Amino acid sequence: MPKDELKAEFRLVGTRPNRPDGLDKVTGRARYGADATLPGMLWGAVVRSPHAHAKIVKIDASKALALDGVKAVVTRADLPTGLTGEDWNLQENTLAGEKALYDGHAVAAVAATSRLLAEEAARLVEVTYEVLPHVIDVDDAIRPDAPVIREGAADASVPPGMPPNVVRYLDFGRGDIDAGFAAADLVREQTYKTEATHQGYIEPHACVGQLGADGKGEMWVCTQGQWYIRKMCSAVLGLEAAQLRVTPSEIGGGFGGKTTIFMEPLSLALSRKAGGRPVKIVMSRSEVLRATGPTASASMDVKIGMKKDGTITAGRAEFRMQGGAFPGSPVAEGLYCAFAPYAIPALQHIGYDVLANRPKCAAYRAPGSPMGAFAVESLIDEMCRELGLDPMAVRLKNAVREGDTASYGATFGSIGLIETLEATAAHPNLAVPLGPNQGRGIASGFWFNHAGETSVTLAIGEDGTATVSVGTPDIGGSRASIALMTAETLGIRYEDVRVNIVETGALGVNEPTHGSRATFASGKAAVIAAEAAIREMCNRAAAEWGIEPEAVEWVQGAAQPAGPNAGKFPPMSIAEIASKMGGTGGPISGHHESVPDGFGASFGAHVVDVEVDPETGRTTVLRYLVVQDAGRAIHPAYVEGQYQGGAAQGIGWALNEEYIYGKDGRLQNTVFLDYRIPVASDLPPIDTVIVEVPNPGHPYGVRGVGETGITPPLPAIANAIHAATGVRLRHLPMTPPKILAAMKTKG
Amino acid sequence: MRYHAPQTFEEAAQLAAQAPGVTRFLAGGTDVLVQLRAAMVRPDDLIDIKKIPGTAEISRTADEGWRIGVAVAGAQLGAHAGLKADWPGVVEGMELVGSTQVQGRATLTGNLCNGSPAADSVPGLVAAGAVAEITGPTGKRTVAVEDIPTGPGRTSLTKGEVISALLLPPRGAHGGDAYLRFIPRTEMDIAVVGCAVSLTVEGATITAARVVLGAVAPTVRLVPDAAKAIIGTALDDAALAALTKAAEAACSPIDDKRGTIAFRTEVAGVLARRAARIAYDRARGGKQ
Repeated sequence: MPKDELKAEFRLVGTRPNRPDGLDKVTGRARYGADATLPGMLWGAVVRSPHAHAKIVKIDASKALALDGVKAVVTRADLPTGLTGEDWNLQENTLAGEKALYDGHAVAAVAATSRLLAEEAARLVEVTYEVLPHVIDVDDAIRPDAPVIREGAADASVPPGMPPNVVRYLDFGRGDIDAGFAAADLVREQTYKTEATHQGYIEPHACVGQLGADGKGEMWVCTQGQWYIRKMCSAVLGLEAAQLRVTPSEIGGGFGGKTTIFMEPLSLALSRKAGGRPVKIVMSRSEVLRATGPTASASMDVKIGMKKDGTITAGRAEFRMQGGAFPGSPVAEGLYCAFAPYAIPALQHIGYDVLANRPKCAAYRAPGSPMGAFAVESLIDEMCRELGLDPMAVRLKNAVREGDTASYGATFGSIGLIETLEATAAHPNLAVPLGPNQGRGIASGFWFNHAGETSVTLAIGEDGTATVSVGTPDIGGSRASIALMTAETLGIRYEDVRVNIVETGALGVNEPTHGSRATFASGKAAVIAAEAAIREMCNRAAAEWGIEPEAVEWVQGAAQPAGPNAGKFPPMSIAEIASKMGGTGGPISGHHESVPDGFGASFGAHVVDVEVDPETGRTTVLRYLVVQDAGRAIHPAYVEGQYQGGAAQGIGWALNEEYIYGKDGRLQNTVFLDYRIPVASDLPPIDTVIVEVPNPGHPYGVRGVGETGITPPLPAIANAIHAATGVRLRHLPMTPPKILAAMKTKG
Repeated sequence: MRYHAPQTFEEAAQLAAQAPGVTRFLAGGTDVLVQLRAAMVRPDDLIDIKKIPGTAEISRTADEGWRIGVAVAGAQLGAHAGLKADWPGVVEGMELVGSTQVQGRATLTGNLCNGSPAADSVPGLVAAGAVAEITGPTGKRTVAVEDIPTGPGRTSLTKGEVISALLLPPRGAHGGDAYLRFIPRTEMDIAVVGCAVSLTVEGATITAARVVLGAVAPTVRLVPDAAKAIIGTALDDAALAALTKAAEAACSPIDDKRGTIAFRTEVAGVLARRAARIAYDRARGGKQ
């Protein structure tokens, strides 16, 4: 749909009603993963490797099984063999086979009649290990003589002769890179590193699984994607997808980390072995940090050529990322996003996906993009300072526009980077004077967004209200947004729409809530489904009036004749049509399923003011501004929430969060005391500006907004710290000891 | 696990003395219960001392000092105007422990007996010259607080001994104390370095002082050289420089996930200066 056909005036879209799930959540009625309880339920506990890398010589569960109340023990021998590719990776991560590949890797699981008993039994499982040399850091892991994590894990992209832990290689670009650098007045190259961070969702993973000897199973689980749980558990356990019914709970945060499986297949395998009794597994925080899916750590070389006027002539990025002991670090996405905000004629990207003895990474909010932005946006800032250029002006000068070929090869449709940068430059925060030891940093960020497999059904109730069944768990207010769009389309009240997140038996396959897709894709499908229901309601009215269906239009929640020639009948409301639908043809519903096209990319720009204590190196965030293109904000409060949440997580990543390993390869900070996510008092109020350059690919102009916001904070804060102190930190996190040491070195 | 709720400290001490296995005393429970849940400790006997009458009370002693019961929660200290006026540094140390919820439970005595070198309330107690009253199977004794911790997670209490109260000396005139800790965040964190200073003045001159560092050695450390550096001075730049040097010299920290040796040593000096200034201002009746 062309941009000028999009409506700009709405009855409900753009308002801020209470979220439909709000009362349940604030009163404790909402049911989360650990709230599921069933008759006859057992508790599961997981035996985990204390070693970073070790051969599993023997597992002796006899003492555990001898305990009264222990009903089952599961090891890899209980799982089917012969899996390949990512199915094998998932199975190997679910339960170690020949080797434990990281500290916390599951080795066995037990089910017992109480949680305490299950934990006791897990301690009694005796595992004999032969400890192997391990490797943690990505630059160590890529060395030719590094301990080999898995032979034969490399895919066809890896040329012969690469170091053994390189499992994927990327090389792409455009233009004449040498000519590009030759045309520049200043060429600079630097190396940047980021450490692994965890999504830090408040709700630990939890599920209840039940599986009978007949292969029929059910699961209640905290997840971002019930169909992914079904598909992955089926693959790992050799089940038929249709026989496994997965119901998602409410979800206390996911940020990408709940788009895959961890202990879910274990609960099913234990249940099957325990005669079909349901088995509940709830992870502790330490298990979450040790054995779920943090993001990758990265080591990145970036080279940029810039003219004296700020024109960027060439860019080169060489990224090394480890995503744990399995292929799948987001190195490709990091490279795709790194230069995405800039129109640069010559580009080269090289990437290495590297194995290390760490947990299998999962998605984390714009996977890969924050790392790439940290490297590129930091170097651009360094070069602007060297050339005496305004970093905002340089970003505007080089900004991509509609029709440009993106750095990663696609052609940009309607995008709002220029509008975003202009709104940023005009914001009053930029005029606030700074004091001593204070500095201001800016940076841009990008995320593609995503559509994905989507199936939605809308049903009209007997009273003219509407139920929308969607398959995307609500992690950021999507129920409210989908209800607003549905009510807007049907012409009814927001309160008259109920959006349910349904189980896998109720709809066609849905991808998880990932890629900032729920409000875009489920929302678009809900609108199309509502339009189908409207057509049917017009048909019913036409039949009653004895006129052609084409002569009926839908206005303000009612069918009415389309103009005086169609006939003279009073409008027939949705309530009236619904009240007699049983006698006019039966239930009225609408359904839509597709991989929706037209998802639009979202750009953002952040401005942060910090103060650095010159005696301790401690950084205080004084002021923070997020400006981002939302296409259209359906429920602005939840758009702002996404912007603020992304900034908060990015601030944590930039300043204090990191996976810290001991020399023994064990994770040192396995609780929130030492895995330092920001606390509320660490953050100032985060200012937001919602830029709206409507996405023509969505009936209301929506772009995904969930992910872009975590991308600029890393470089924005590094740039601000440089402005405050004169020192440039190129290795995250920028902890007080690192900043203080850098300041002392500078003198 | 056997749970006991004795009514007297003598009874508690007898229970502990006769317990055959692993014993833990329970007051606020903010360490013990967390350790239980994390399977770090599995006590055979858990002796709950907070039900002993009087343990939740703060009272004046005959010499105008303070007696603080073992079940007095951090939030109670923070709400006690008299105690706060006398020993603001002791109270602000305790108030840094944990969250608001934890403050409703956590106790000074528990923080001390947990034996952490990074315990936020202990440097302030030591700087104040606080004394622990210990009840054992054979009777009562008193011990300076600095002599309770002997290393990470360890104390000098022997089997059957339990702290039955903490005693703060009279503040007297022209005294002030302060506690500062360094954490990379603003709360809900553990001290990377802590420093408490208590001092008294005559006019502008410091006549007595105690300087105590936390998290830079296996135990909270009283640093007499740091006190000497400021006694007899008006906390001028030379005194502060000498204080910094003495504080740094007293550090024997470790490199760990929370901080480096170099960082801890340097920040110990910074905090000593800053805490001394606050204590000095408080002693002179100036800004808090």
